[in-house]
Amino acid sequence: MRGQRKLGRGVAVVGAGMSKFGMFADRDSKYLFAEAFRDMLATVDKGIDPNDIDALYLGNFTNDFFVHQGHWGPIISDLLGLTPKPATRTEGACASSALAFREGVLAIASGFYDVVLVGGVEEMSKRSTEEVTQGLAMAASPYEVKAGFTFPGVFGAMATAYFARYGADREHLMNVTIKSHNNARLNPKAQFNVSIRDIMNQRVEKAKKKGEPPPGWRDEKEFLGDSRANPVVAWPMHLYDCCPISDGGSCVLLAAEEIARDFTDNPLHVAGIGQGSGKGLHAKEDLTYFEATRYAAQEAYGLSGLKPEDVQIAEVHDCFSIAEIIHMEDLGFFKPGEGYKAVEEGRTKLDGSKPINTSGGLKCKGHPVGATGTGQLVEIWKQLRGEAGARQVPIRDLRVGAAQSLGGTGGTCTLTILERR
Amino acid sequence: MEIRPFNDISYERFLSEDRLMGSRCRKCGSLFLPPRPICIKCHGPEMEWVEIKGKGRLAAFTCIAIGPPFMIEEGYDRKHPYVCGVVDLEEGARVVARIEGFDGTRPETIKIGAPVEVEFLHRGEDQSAMTFLAFRRR
Repeated sequence: MRGQRKLGRGVAVVGAGMSKFGMFADRDSKYLFAEAFRDMLATVDKGIDPNDIDALYLGNFTNDFFVHQGHWGPIISDLLGLTPKPATRTEGACASSALAFREGVLAIASGFYDVVLVGGVEEMSKRSTEEVTQGLAMAASPYEVKAGFTFPGVFGAMATAYFARYGADREHLMNVTIKSHNNARLNPKAQFNVSIRDIMNQRVEKAKKKGEPPPGWRDEKEFLGDSRANPVVAWPMHLYDCCPISDGGSCVLLAAEEIARDFTDNPLHVAGIGQGSGKGLHAKEDLTYFEATRYAAQEAYGLSGLKPEDVQIAEVHDCFSIAEIIHMEDLGFFKPGEGYKAVEEGRTKLDGSKPINTSGGLKCKGHPVGATGTGQLVEIWKQLRGEAGARQVPIRDLRVGAAQSLGGTGGTCTLTILERR
Repeated sequence: MEIRPFNDISYERFLSEDRLMGSRCRKCGSLFLPPRPICIKCHGPEMEWVEIKGKGRLAAFTCIAIGPPFMIEEGYDRKHPYVCGVVDLEEGARVVARIEGFDGTRPETIKIGAPVEVEFLHRGEDQSAMTFLAFRRR
């Protein structure tokens, strides 16, 4: 990186919203994005006239394949009544709307636009699991696909390398899953807003009703260790290590810093943005981290002047449980090989010293891939403004939050740092 | 001297001839597998083909219970998971491949660092013929 990155002028987030994430037979991409847009409008404290939006950047990954329609920029622009203003689709696999956010920030920072809507949408659940697996594989390396790797398989392989290097095991991954579910239980927009304990109790009740002997799990780890309750998908990734198939939309309203207070007295400033690209498994020098995330982090920290320890809360791209651990290390929150210990010690819980994925993460909030990047920022928006309700973190003077996205098997990674000033 | 272009088409054709071929930068000597047309170490533009002996060690693996359609067609499913992994070759390059000779239902018996040797799996016939790179426990 040559010299210090800088923005031409400051940019702020002045609104953020999302649809409920889940599997919806009766909701299409347009409906989901409209829901996110309405939710966002309601968060703009002093209101926004949609006619004042200069441009739309929209992240979407698989609608070409799943819906047989690829030109989503103008479709959504028309849906919201924004035509003939420009609409641009961004594609970065599971980081697609994180790229939309970044493009929006750069467009305002350059002085070209003043108010930009950025977001993402994905509609996945109307397809079979096999079709979704095939569609998502479009973002993997072709060598991985031919070798029979699936997405859970790539992360499973990285987990075996991580385990062998650092002495972690499956139980440490379970700590991530249990925490994510505990957080999602407090998030009404989450696809799975239940704890693992709730799921266990439901199963026991169901067995009792059927007159069957109730399963005798003593705790969450026994449940997660039971291969009937939690079957293997791609060793060591089991069902409860994997994010679900989801539908959803999310969006964020960006404005130039100098006019941000026209919309709210409590804007969040874009302190740092970073993006990196990475190689396939075969070309990675090390299988226990993501080069692209480390680069994105370096860029974002450099721009913001902040350090990893200044980030008080973060949403990280936990498409698989092992990914949450690796990302936290790549972002510098914990040293390499220490992330799993931090989870075990409870440091990443809602009331820990560094709460991670307070929304429930991709695992429980859901992962409609194109909507995930800006969806993570919706959570940071709520937390930094003290509007996260039952899952509000109890940190005093909460000012700095970050969101990290990963596309493909590490091909596109981003870090966004927001700050309340 | 082979004059095939340094790309995935040539790589696949070599596999179908039971040869594992990579490219080496003529300027700095860096080895790439699968072959690359441009050296990513020194950006040298000239490559030469190198045959890989095919001995290495398992660097990472997974046992896949829910696979893509072409693996399901081969008879793999939740009860019969297959193994794929990353192999570190003696020559220094790294590849992703199918892994044979291990029990996918007993992942705890598969060890990182296990020695493996190349194998070429020929599937389909005529137009649909494909060769899959694999490594077998040795």
